[in-house]
Amino acid sequence: MTMNVTQHIITILAVILGTMATRFLPFILFPADKSTPKYVEYLGKVLPAAVLALLVVYSLKDVEILTGNHGIPELIAIGVVVSLHIWKKQMLLSIAGGTITYMLLVQFIF
Amino acid sequence: MKTKKQVLRQAFKAAFPNTIPIFAGFTFLGMAYGIYMNAMGFSFLYPMLMSLTILAGSIEFVTVGLLLEPFDPLRAFFMALTINARHLFYGISMLEKYRVPGIKRFYLIFGMCDESFSVNYMADIPEGVDKGWFQFFVTALNHSYWVLGATLGGLLGQVIEFNTKGLEFIMTALFIVLFLNQWMKEESHHSSLIGLTVSAICLILFGSDGFIIPAMVLILLILTIFRKAFAKAGVVR
Repeated sequence: MTMNVTQHIITILAVILGTMATRFLPFILFPADKSTPKYVEYLGKVLPAAVLALLVVYSLKDVEILTGNHGIPELIAIGVVVSLHIWKKQMLLSIAGGTITYMLLVQFIF
Repeated sequence: MKTKKQVLRQAFKAAFPNTIPIFAGFTFLGMAYGIYMNAMGFSFLYPMLMSLTILAGSIEFVTVGLLLEPFDPLRAFFMALTINARHLFYGISMLEKYRVPGIKRFYLIFGMCDESFSVNYMADIPEGVDKGWFQFFVTALNHSYWVLGATLGGLLGQVIEFNTKGLEFIMTALFIVLFLNQWMKEESHHSSLIGLTVSAICLILFGSDGFIIPAMVLILLILTIFRKAFAKAGVVR
């Protein structure tokens, strides 16, 4: 079942609504004249790292480890991204290097 | 008294250099996003309008997948909420800094993507430069780079024929780099490791379609339960 254009628009509007809720909520909940609860401040410090980790796992969620090519191209490409990034610390270079490696692997080798 | 035009020009001149690195990143990533969306069968209007109205890279990539699945706006809403939950914490950090007059404030909050947040959060705004307009130009410039890249990518994808198989890895690479940046900057890795472990376990337990919300809840729970222990161990000051 593919969606029609109206359903596309509704889906995108739902995404906009969800995104804007995360941006506007703090400014609505904590007006500038009141101090922010300590617990919320604590979460502000520790949560971003965990969420980034969650996103890494999320982006790999459909990798088949037990079947297909066992996630080997992903593993190699991740190795390239991490090595390039530790070596050069150039965000774009790491992303481009890893993605090109992955494309070459799945198009020509696996 | 400076005229409004002078105030604007001065703020623009101060803001623009801060956004040059973002220009490179956003046009590149935006183009990849546009090409990717085109490869998935969408006209350039989709990446153009989505980059204009959503302005959050991660969820825009994820939305491409959502648009190809059965219609479920509630799921799309919650995905956006969870994936962008980090904005809540940007907002908390910017409560003071984004206290500027007028409708600019609304736009600053609307446009608070990772990059605009970090530039505006770290920026040393020079003496005499209007803070509100400086932040406005940082946000608006970044916004325009992103839309430009996504639109160009969408158009390019229509014109040039090439094998895009594997291009979706760009999302993984982006998240890994963001994660590494955080890893190299943090003093303790507790939260990063909790995030990785909990997400991986939830993925195995709940499967790829339903793991993100349980993972989010569990991460929040663990961070809350161990708050005192983390404070003692010096994880947070």
